Amino acid sequence: MSSALKPGRSITYAQALYEGARQEMERDPNVFVFGLGVDDARGMYGTTLDLHKVFGPDRNFDTPLCEDAMTGVAIGAALAGMRPIHVHQRMDFLLLCMNQLVNIAAKSSYMFAGAVSVPIVIRAIIGRSWGQGAQHSQAFHSYFMHVPGLKVVAPATPHDAKGCLIAAIRDNNPVIFMEHRMLYQNAGIVPEEPYAVPFGNARILTHGDHVTIVAVSHMVVEALRAKHLLEAVGIAAEVIDPVSLAPLDMGTIAASVERTGRVLIVDNSWTMCGASSEILAQLMECLQGKRDFRAARLGYAPTPCPTTKPLENLFYPDATSIAEAAYALVKNTRDWKPAAPEAKEIAEFKGPF
Amino acid sequence: MSSTRESLPGLYRSLYRIRRVEEKIIEYYPTDKIKSPVHLSIGQESVSVGVCAALAPDDVAFGTYRGHALYLAKGGDLKRMIAELYGKADGCARGKAGSMHLVDMGSHMMGTSAIVATTIPQAVGYAFALKARRAEAIVACFFGEGAMDEGVCYESFNFAALKKLPILFVCENNHYAIYSHIRDRMPHPDPCERAAVFRIPTERIELGDTLLIREASARAVAAIRKGEGPRFLECMTYRWRDHVGPDEDRKWKYRPDAELDAWIRADEVARIGRMMDDRTRAEIERIVDAEIADAFAFAEASPFPGGEELAAHVFRS
Repeated sequence: MSSALKPGRSITYAQALYEGARQEMERDPNVFVFGLGVDDARGMYGTTLDLHKVFGPDRNFDTPLCEDAMTGVAIGAALAGMRPIHVHQRMDFLLLCMNQLVNIAAKSSYMFAGAVSVPIVIRAIIGRSWGQGAQHSQAFHSYFMHVPGLKVVAPATPHDAKGCLIAAIRDNNPVIFMEHRMLYQNAGIVPEEPYAVPFGNARILTHGDHVTIVAVSHMVVEALRAKHLLEAVGIAAEVIDPVSLAPLDMGTIAASVERTGRVLIVDNSWTMCGASSEILAQLMECLQGKRDFRAARLGYAPTPCPTTKPLENLFYPDATSIAEAAYALVKNTRDWKPAAPEAKEIAEFKGPF
Repeated sequence: MSSTRESLPGLYRSLYRIRRVEEKIIEYYPTDKIKSPVHLSIGQESVSVGVCAALAPDDVAFGTYRGHALYLAKGGDLKRMIAELYGKADGCARGKAGSMHLVDMGSHMMGTSAIVATTIPQAVGYAFALKARRAEAIVACFFGEGAMDEGVCYESFNFAALKKLPILFVCENNHYAIYSHIRDRMPHPDPCERAAVFRIPTERIELGDTLLIREASARAVAAIRKGEGPRFLECMTYRWRDHVGPDEDRKWKYRPDAELDAWIRADEVARIGRMMDDRTRAEIERIVDAEIADAFAFAEASPFPGGEELAAHVFRS
């Protein structure tokens, strides 16, 4: 089930994140933002720009380089009733936070039988392109999906970026909030007023009867491009954005696959033990004996991310590889090679970050 | 703060109560009703008792899996603690925590962690929130000297000092991380020196002296309440029993018997007890013994949690 899109004006994904944070900080004095560089002149690509000038230096501040302790600080502040937003310029650095996130944040409500809650938002930006390389390009959602007690969201549109951020801030649980750097300049319709996009509701972005394409984060954009390529050969793809990965709206995905009989899952990460594995396993459990279906998965190549452009191009799925894989599912042959220009946001990205 | 003489019965009650609770746990352990690893505080009671005697009820304590002493000294509910050790529904965490994760929010005893040093940054974060709200309360953060091997400890000291947060760091130096001596883990085993690097004022209290710990804590707490930022206490102490479990551990030969014997001779429970007349002491012991018997009976009578409890509290609504 999808939550309704609200009317609004066109702003970018980055502006939507800024607006969501600012409105929540206005609403609730317990909300604060911290992390490396959030109060510098770049303001985390504008998403936290000058929030300290609006709300004071205690509500948008830089930190020492110590992700482990700062995650603990976020948890401690949350235990005291505050609602911290901890920002990481690259998701790769979350590996330094795993003990606090997995052993404490995810478990405190349970271990202490509801005596405490840990309402923290971990903003994690996934990097890509212009030489980000092996340690500035990783997306670890599957690590967090594995752990009971954590919520994981990966909004793909400006509308959902704002709405999910507001929902994450208001949530009484730890939320891993994944943003993709390649989505930052994308514009879309975003309501001016505050609104929450509830977790656990996948969005059906395009309707189609031939193949279901489930795509995560930036891959949603590529899947929509693939959908246009597929139209040219008479294939109607139903593109679904789960929006939140934990909780995961399998009902919407399974209903679509039950109808189309074909599913391509395109993750913005590796396939091995990834979100795509989980979605496929749940589809199997849900549909076996009820509906035969064909399935394929795409994700990062099973290598670390290379830095040089020609290899990096091979590392990621794109509109053409998604379209080809979907075509193969429908036609049972790979005799079609669609041509598409490189994604605009990737071609135009000139870094350095 | 009441004078030393007036407060002695309170200190003795707290020391004796913790000691007797743990002795009862040892006594009951062979029944296998306590299905939880226990990290006993026997020998280390004076640190929790001395520091907590200098805290106000609203002050917040963070501790470790060796947490029985702190939980009780901070005012945690005894019945719910024993029920928790029994895995019962009336436990302080409905049986989902056990000995290593005691919690009592009513007495501002935050849940303890079994991962060494992990609660230190949370204590700092809690102190950040208190400062942001200009609250009167402060945080007392207890950890063993083993935690000072962990990197997050220093990240936390740094941030607490940087932001001048209202937090008292209490290092319970019992010399051993399981069976590994501090001198085998640090090139220069001096926790105070390490904290002082962050310009945090430090004080070491030798021999586990309850009264000196209380006095040092009171000085530190007063400075913290004035807004002077974090303070660090190193309380020398000694664990009499094995790292985990109810037994003595002389058979493992990792520490000299004479070292243990010297600490046992300096027993703070007995020493503080001797400062009172026999009648006062006997009365305290009678009341505490009855309370403990009640707590164990309460735990015995409490039901185990129902199956529906398995899925409860994974998320907060």
